[in-house]
Amino acid sequence: MAYPYTSDHEVRVLSEHFGDPSARTLEGARKNGRYESLKKAFEMGPDAVIDTVKDSGLRGRGGAGFPTGVKWSFMPKDDGKPHYLLCNADESEPGTFKDRELMRWDPHQLIEGCLIGAYAIRAQHVYIYCRGEFFEASAILGRAVEEAYEAGLIGKDIMGSGVDIDVTVHIGAGAYICGEETGLMNSLEGRRGQPRVKPPFPAAVGAFGQPTTINNVETLSAVPHIVQNGGEWYRQWGTEKSPGTKMFCVSGHVNRPGNYELPLGFPLQKLIDEVCGGIRDGHELKAVIPGGSSVPIMNAEEVARCDLDYEGVVACGSMLGCASVIVMDETTDIVKQVRRMAYFYAHESCGQCTPCREGTSWVTKILQRIEDGRGTEDDLDTLVEVTDQMTGTTICVLSDSVAAPVQSSIMKFRDEYLALIRRGERVGAA
Amino acid sequence: MSPSNTPMDNGNDAAVETVTLTIDGDEVTVPKGTTVLKAAESVGTEVPHYCFHEGLSSPAMCRLCLVEIEGAPKLQPSCVTQAQDGQVVRTQGDEALRQRRGVLEFYLVNHPLDCPICDQSGECMLQDYVHDEGRGHGRSREPKRVFGRDDFGGDVLFYGDRCVMCTRCVRFMNEVEQDPRLTVVERGNRSVIDTFFEEGLDGTKWSGNIVDICPVGALVSKDFLYKQRAWDLDHTPSVCPSCSQGCNISLHTRDNLVQRLKPRKNLDVNGHWMCDHGRERYEFLNRPDRVTAPLFGRGHARTAMGWREALTGLVERARATGDAAVKAVVSPGASNEDMGALRALVDALGGGDIVYRMERAEDEVVLKGYPTLARRRDLAPNGRGAEIMGATLVGDDDGTGGLEDLADHEGVLIVLGDELDDQSEDFGRAASTFIYLGAHPSEAATHADAVLPVTTFAEQEGTFTNLNGRVQRYRQGLQAPGAARPAWLILEALAADLAGRETAPTTAEEAFAVLSSRVEAFAGLTYEAIGDRGAVVNETVQLAGD
Repeated sequence: MAYPYTSDHEVRVLSEHFGDPSARTLEGARKNGRYESLKKAFEMGPDAVIDTVKDSGLRGRGGAGFPTGVKWSFMPKDDGKPHYLLCNADESEPGTFKDRELMRWDPHQLIEGCLIGAYAIRAQHVYIYCRGEFFEASAILGRAVEEAYEAGLIGKDIMGSGVDIDVTVHIGAGAYICGEETGLMNSLEGRRGQPRVKPPFPAAVGAFGQPTTINNVETLSAVPHIVQNGGEWYRQWGTEKSPGTKMFCVSGHVNRPGNYELPLGFPLQKLIDEVCGGIRDGHELKAVIPGGSSVPIMNAEEVARCDLDYEGVVACGSMLGCASVIVMDETTDIVKQVRRMAYFYAHESCGQCTPCREGTSWVTKILQRIEDGRGTEDDLDTLVEVTDQMTGTTICVLSDSVAAPVQSSIMKFRDEYLALIRRGERVGAA
Repeated sequence: MSPSNTPMDNGNDAAVETVTLTIDGDEVTVPKGTTVLKAAESVGTEVPHYCFHEGLSSPAMCRLCLVEIEGAPKLQPSCVTQAQDGQVVRTQGDEALRQRRGVLEFYLVNHPLDCPICDQSGECMLQDYVHDEGRGHGRSREPKRVFGRDDFGGDVLFYGDRCVMCTRCVRFMNEVEQDPRLTVVERGNRSVIDTFFEEGLDGTKWSGNIVDICPVGALVSKDFLYKQRAWDLDHTPSVCPSCSQGCNISLHTRDNLVQRLKPRKNLDVNGHWMCDHGRERYEFLNRPDRVTAPLFGRGHARTAMGWREALTGLVERARATGDAAVKAVVSPGASNEDMGALRALVDALGGGDIVYRMERAEDEVVLKGYPTLARRRDLAPNGRGAEIMGATLVGDDDGTGGLEDLADHEGVLIVLGDELDDQSEDFGRAASTFIYLGAHPSEAATHADAVLPVTTFAEQEGTFTNLNGRVQRYRQGLQAPGAARPAWLILEALAADLAGRETAPTTAEEAFAVLSSRVEAFAGLTYEAIGDRGAVVNETVQLAGD
């Protein structure tokens, strides 16, 4: 099977059936063992499911890396309130395209994960909040949900277990901020997609004011495998603190961009050189953004020594985020790239918090001016200070997300900014 | 009266659980559940804020009230962070100050800095905060985003470029008036407050409040536009004269004219709010047609005289009248002191009936999010006071009629404050003595033997009793023209002369003291006890229901 590209380094647990359209149907999915884990989960009971997920060390794949089992255990028990599980399928981080593929190729894997998760946290309703632009993925997922309903795998008394869980696929309207968990809740409820102030945390007051857990598509897709095979089994891959496999979305100047499922802790350089076939011919590596556009940029030296797990990337000055690896070669105009990213965040800022609302657009304007050759050296100091004022001061982290690429690029590629400012020299301006 | 309207005394509950924290080095004890921002306020430290407003929900989005709290990984919004035992808060720490300076700089990135032509200038929280804590110079050299001006309807004009996006206005309309006419459209830096439809705020009843709570010059009053500079205005604590709710207000005056009315916080009466009906009605206080000297003689050719002469003449005339029956009309816009003095004079003349007329609206206009506040049906401030003083309500709901007995009355006739608009020139023709006390001349007072100039409520100090029996003080904001004097001063002097007493009250406070000694409902109340929040009349007094 040649789903766009594959590699011998891969450990295909979640992505095993990528490229196989028959896995989308319920019939095909059941042949692949889907819904067996659900049966097992019902036998285990919710607390044992949570313990197993805790044992596995599975960490949230949406970017924050919070241990999933621990998150589930925050949910109150026997409080008599409706509980909700939200599946965050609003995959919008620039550079990220793993959730889309998980939904396109193996929707029943996700649905099963959602049902197990809902069972564990005693939720009666799962909402899969799907990014508005994911037309194909949401259609496939919607069909899969229908099939599962018809087969009695969703709804009342699932597989005779006495457990009732509904699943609703909700299509977003296309705003990045609705991928932030509380912004997603507001959007789901029909309000403006604006993040909420925490506390209260979602486990206490979440969607519709009720206890809620929110998990990423990839996280929930991993759950059936963990329940089926046990926590220890999952720990055969990855590191002590970052166990398991992870989808890596590689884009940019590599020969074979794509989704690769690798054990956590895989060396970044090896990912680029061996898994992705190296930098395109005749060019050399300049920079990598390892975790989606909102993490600091790494230079070639940092890339060379970086292992791709949550701690390893932090040690090299960036963050694993959602493992969206954007690779840039020496033709890349860093100033332009950073300006483009800042523009994205300015466009997507919800506008609640002053530092973000005003800061994102101000930073974009300064970067645009520098890019247009009208910058001054003072602008670099201003950029650093302004983005500093935008860090850790807002309700959500969108504001911080601008600061990361701006500050890291000025720190690591200052010469490039200065060349543009002093001599009007642009990289790749041919 | 409805029990839910009974003001609660929430100041002396000993069972309130408290927490003790340290704010800027000072130990502070506050009730559990108090926010850090309010706790700081209780010791006189104002933490700058825009989105927080006591009368609204707290979205914690302006990010200006962030403070340092020991043990917290980053700065915390003090408007939503609850005070905890042992918490150590720094509102003036380096990090908090640095952050505030940063946020203030952000506010100015797109702000037009048009203070010289902005109505808010002088009472602008952006001006104040930037002067206190902001940078001397903003660093932005980029072109500013421009929204321009928009007529929101009603009395409200919107200057989008001055907006700090605190959304107080949106929340007021959603949460308090509960008529969601405003929203934030677009997102990010393109966010702007807007109305949904063409009619905007037209037809809303409380939207004037959004101008008050707008911390900057984004929402301004059309009525007040370019009229005065905020720093030129004198503020006088007062009570709204336009209905029986008795909203606490400030008279904003200059050039001896009322320039605008603003609500004054009183959680027992009106919260932070007042209605548009009351807000719009201040021009009557600026009417130029005034009686400025005591006038004697029936008909149009009257003689002006001084007060001593006038009072002496009136006393002699009253004595000559003998036991003629007395009838009096009082305006429900007169103060308790005025009404009490009128009662004293009527009694000194041998007693008689006092009536009042009330203009009544068809419905109450309740503020849904603050339901103890409404524009009441009675469109005068002191109907309850008149009732307590034993006056009888007569006439129709439009405030006319009901004076048939008085028009042809042959004894002593006293009219206080009622301009008798619906009466003919023949009113009081048959009266043996007809005294008209008013601020404005009246055609129907042609046959008055004496027209005595009195002050308007804005020109005197006094009290009104609102529909719930709450007695509230208002202060003098304007100078009275010519020889106009408070009605109570004139009436008490006359009553004292008639009764042969040596002294009469010379201040409103004394007049009220006399009143409280005479009228059971006011017993024990003093100006000091009434204070700024008002005090309810004695519970033993039965007030008629609505």
